[in-house]
Amino acid sequence: MEKTFARPRSLKTVPFRYCPGCGHSLIHRLIAECIDELGIREKVVGIAPVGCAVFSYDYFNFDILESAHGRPPAVATALKRVMPQKIIFSYQGDGDLAAIGTSEIIHAAARGENISVFFVNNANYGMTGGQMAPTTILGQRTTTTPGGRSAATEGYPLRVSELLATIEGASFIQRVSLDTYGEVTAAKSAISRAFRGQMEGRGFSLVEILSPCPTDWGFSPKASLEWIRTAMKKVYPTGVMKDRDKGI
Amino acid sequence: MAKVVAVTGNEAVAEALRQVNPDVCGIYPITPQTDMMQRYASFINNGKVDTEAVLVESEHSSMSACIGASAAGGRVVTATSSTGLALMWEMLHIASGDRLPIIMPVVNRALSAPLNIHGDHSDAMGARDTGWIQIWSENGQEAYDNTIQAFRIGEHMDIRLPAMVCMDGFIISHSIERMEYLEDAEVKKFVGEFKNLHPLLDLDKPKSYGPLILTDLFHEYKRAQHEVMTKVKGVVLEVAGEFEKLSGRKYGLFESYRLEDADIALVILNSAAGTSKDVVDAFRDRGIKAGLLKPRLFRPFPYEEVAAALKNTKAVCVMDRADSFGGYGPLFMEVSSALYQLRNRPALINKIYGLGGRDYLPSHAELVLNELDGIAKGGKINVFKEYIGVRE
Repeated sequence: MEKTFARPRSLKTVPFRYCPGCGHSLIHRLIAECIDELGIREKVVGIAPVGCAVFSYDYFNFDILESAHGRPPAVATALKRVMPQKIIFSYQGDGDLAAIGTSEIIHAAARGENISVFFVNNANYGMTGGQMAPTTILGQRTTTTPGGRSAATEGYPLRVSELLATIEGASFIQRVSLDTYGEVTAAKSAISRAFRGQMEGRGFSLVEILSPCPTDWGFSPKASLEWIRTAMKKVYPTGVMKDRDKGI
Repeated sequence: MAKVVAVTGNEAVAEALRQVNPDVCGIYPITPQTDMMQRYASFINNGKVDTEAVLVESEHSSMSACIGASAAGGRVVTATSSTGLALMWEMLHIASGDRLPIIMPVVNRALSAPLNIHGDHSDAMGARDTGWIQIWSENGQEAYDNTIQAFRIGEHMDIRLPAMVCMDGFIISHSIERMEYLEDAEVKKFVGEFKNLHPLLDLDKPKSYGPLILTDLFHEYKRAQHEVMTKVKGVVLEVAGEFEKLSGRKYGLFESYRLEDADIALVILNSAAGTSKDVVDAFRDRGIKAGLLKPRLFRPFPYEEVAAALKNTKAVCVMDRADSFGGYGPLFMEVSSALYQLRNRPALINKIYGLGGRDYLPSHAELVLNELDGIAKGGKINVFKEYIGVRE
C-alpha cells in the first residue's frame, strides 16, 4: 500500500512533552511540514528562545542555536548575513519577543532583515508559570495579576503584528490562530509564505500565532480554544497585517 | 512571640518583604525566583501591603524602575536570579554609584550557556564588583533574617548602599524547612520608618543623580564608595546585635563552626555549609580537629577577621560553587588575599563543586577533609585548584 502520510523528516521521532493541549507541538509540526515541503531541511537553522519552546531542539531535526532571552532576531540577523544561502528562522514566545526582546524585533524589522520569525502569542509567560505578559488581555487573571489585568495599573495589551506592520522594513506580517481546523490550515500557509519570502529575498516576515496555554490559563484544552475565539481574537484579530507585494 | 512555620525559602523571603511593606517593587519572573515575587503580587492584590508594583518587561527595566523609585525617595525592592541579575549589570553599578539603598533577594542560579536553571553562585559572583553589599544565607531562616536585616544595613545613614541577599536556587528557594517568623509589629519596629536622604522632587533643593563627572572628580567619587564600604562591617555587626535581642538568633560577619582549635577547615558558602557541618562533626568524633567557616558578608569582605579566624589552622580548602575561568574560584581568591597578610599561613587549596545544581554530598566534604588531614600532617599538595564531584 502506498504511504500517504508520515511524520515530517524535520521532526525527530520523539514524543512531544509540552503540556496537554499546548499549541507548541502543533506549531512545531506545521513548521516541520513546511520545511519538508519546501525541501529546505538541509539549509535551515532555527533559533530557540527562552520560554517553553526552549526545548524545541529536542524535536526539530535540524540545527538549532539557543539564544539569550529576547535576542533571537539579532542572532538570526547575524546568521543570515554570514550565511545568506541558509534559511534562518526564529521561534519566539510573547515573553521573548514582546517583552524582554521588543527592541530586537523592532530593529530587525526596521533593518528589513531577510529572516522568518514565528511568534507564539499565548497571552502570558508560560514557562515561568503564567505571569502577566505585555500580551495579556485586560481582565485576564495571571499569577501576577490575580485580580485581572487592569489598564490603570498594568497598561494595555501590546499588538505586535499591528506595530510591526507600520515598519517600512517589514515585508510580510500575518496573525493566525490555532482554534479551528481552518485557522490551522491558514497558519500553515502563512508559515510557508514566510519561508518562501525569505527564499525569494523579500525581507523580513513574521507570523504571529495565537496559541492555547491550558495549564496556565486554567482551562481544558477545548475551553482554551474557545477562549482564543471569544476573548483573545477580539484583541488580536487574525489576518494579513502587511504584504508588501500585494500593497497591503 | 515567634511563629513557627514550615515554608520554602522563597515563601519566607516573600513574607519578610510583606512584613517590611516597601513603597515600590519591580516584578519580573525568572526561575527559581519567580514564585517569591508572585507571592508578593498576591499580597498586593489581597490588600496585605500597599506597595506600588511595576510589572516590567525585563530585569534591566526592573532595576531601572527601582533606581527611579529609590531616587524619588521610596523604600524599594526587587528580586532576581541568574541571567536576570546579569542583565541588570549596567544598572547595578548605577544603583550603588547613586547610593540608593535598594534591597534585592538573589536566588542563586547558574548562568548560560549551556542553559541551566539550578543553583550555583555564578550570578552573584559576577556581581561581586558592582558596589552592592552582599549577604549570603545558608537556609530559609537565614534568608528571612538576612532580608530583614538588609534594610537596616543598606538604609543606614552612614551607608546608603544597595544590598543583595543570596540564597541557593531550588535547594533553599523550593525546599520546605521549619523556621520562625517574627511578628509583623516586631519587623516593622525593627526596620523602622524609611528615611529619605536627598530625594528628588524636593523643590527647595533641586538636585541631579548620576550626572556626567569626568577626570576632575570621578576618581574621588569612587574613593568615597570605597570608604563607605569600610564602614559596612561595623553596621552589619550593630544590626546583628539588635536582631539577636529581638530573635535570639546570632549573626556575625561569618559563622565559625568548631574552628577555635581546628587543624583543618573548609570555607564554604550557603546551603553546602549545612551539609559540611555534619561531616565536620563526624571528623571530630574520629578525633580529627576539623572546622568550618561560612562567610555571610561577602561584600565588603571581612579580610582581617577571616584571617584571624583561620590563623591557627594548618590546612584550609576554599570550596567554590562558581569559577573564575582561568583563575581560582572567587571565594578562594578572597580567602587567599586575607591569609597572605599572616606571618604563618595554613596551606590553601581550592575545590570547585556543585555547578548548575550538581548535588554536593557529605562524601564530597569527607574526601576534601581527608585530603586536608593528609596535608596538615605534612603531605604535599598535589593540585591547588580542582573540580570535585565530576562525572568522568
